[in-house]
Amino acid sequence: MPGSVALFLWCVGTLLEVCFVVCSLARKAFFRYFFLNLYFILSVLTSAARFLTLNAYGSSSDQYAHVYYYTDALLTVALFIALISLYSLVFGELGFSKQIRFAAVLLLLGTAAFSYGVVWQSEERLATSFAYELSQNLYFVGLVLTYILWGAVLKLREARTRLVQFILSLGLYFSAYAASYALVNLADKFSAVQYLSQLLACLLPLSWSVTMLRHTEDSRIATAPLVAVQR
Amino acid sequence: MMAAFILAFSLATLGMFFVSYCRSLVAACTQHTLSAEVRDVTGIRAVAAGRDYTRVVQLLQLCPDRVEDRTKLRAISLYHFLLTFLQNTAAKLAPSLLSWTEQERAHCAQFAAVMLDRRIAFSREMLAQQAEL
Repeated sequence: MPGSVALFLWCVGTLLEVCFVVCSLARKAFFRYFFLNLYFILSVLTSAARFLTLNAYGSSSDQYAHVYYYTDALLTVALFIALISLYSLVFGELGFSKQIRFAAVLLLLGTAAFSYGVVWQSEERLATSFAYELSQNLYFVGLVLTYILWGAVLKLREARTRLVQFILSLGLYFSAYAASYALVNLADKFSAVQYLSQLLACLLPLSWSVTMLRHTEDSRIATAPLVAVQR
Repeated sequence: MMAAFILAFSLATLGMFFVSYCRSLVAACTQHTLSAEVRDVTGIRAVAAGRDYTRVVQLLQLCPDRVEDRTKLRAISLYHFLLTFLQNTAAKLAPSLLSWTEQERAHCAQFAAVMLDRRIAFSREMLAQQAEL
């Protein structure tokens, strides 16, 4: 079983995910942000599946490793789709939704092919290595895509507060997660790095729930003063 | 090498998104006109300055807590701490960075003053409700 700190962070993260779904239902925004909700619903189900496997087989078992890495890859793909849904909301009014979906599928397949190319020679645990590699690469692709989306938000002067804060929170989450993956590769002996990902998993549902509660769909914000470095 | 590159890029974007996120929290408060009471209590005349932040936060701690402000206030406190750190270190070498950090710290102080304004109004409301009972 994981330690008490890890278990506590896990429970808090799961509760916050449930909280976001409840907030969207209460604010009647469930279908408007369907893919964000879908991601959290999948995440809660994943937590339940992981917990059951952990209880039945233990943390060092092959079964738990399989469940962990496969569900992680599934969740990363779900988050990628959630990000693309934010793209659709930003570019939807310009009539680019079809092209965005097509480009997203191509990018996803490209990332999967690249990940397979990296791990195909490892004879042992090919499937779990692929799942891990895919998650790691998708986080980095997600970070780059969020960065581009933020650029588009500023360029198009997107003013919907909810959308702006969702994108900023997602950017924070992706960059912190990509940094933590890189940190694990550079210094996996430090145990603090292991808790980092769990802590980060709490921050995204927290900031999205706060955004959902605090702002209505009609709230507007001027994006020009939000640029980190003013020109 | 690749991991180091990803780490550097991720940290750079993390900083950029964090600054923008904090600014989006503060943005709603920059246009807010402070009440005369808050201006008297905090000593802020027209516009808040960076140095006012600590004093305003101390006053905030004297008022009853509002749950809905807690997360925002923590994010802004972290932002203010990082700005102060930057001002005391790297900004000494670059004057443009010094004025930028000072301006951002002033926005943080304004945000805290608006929170104080809201907390005072909230306390008043609670007292009025108790008096009615």
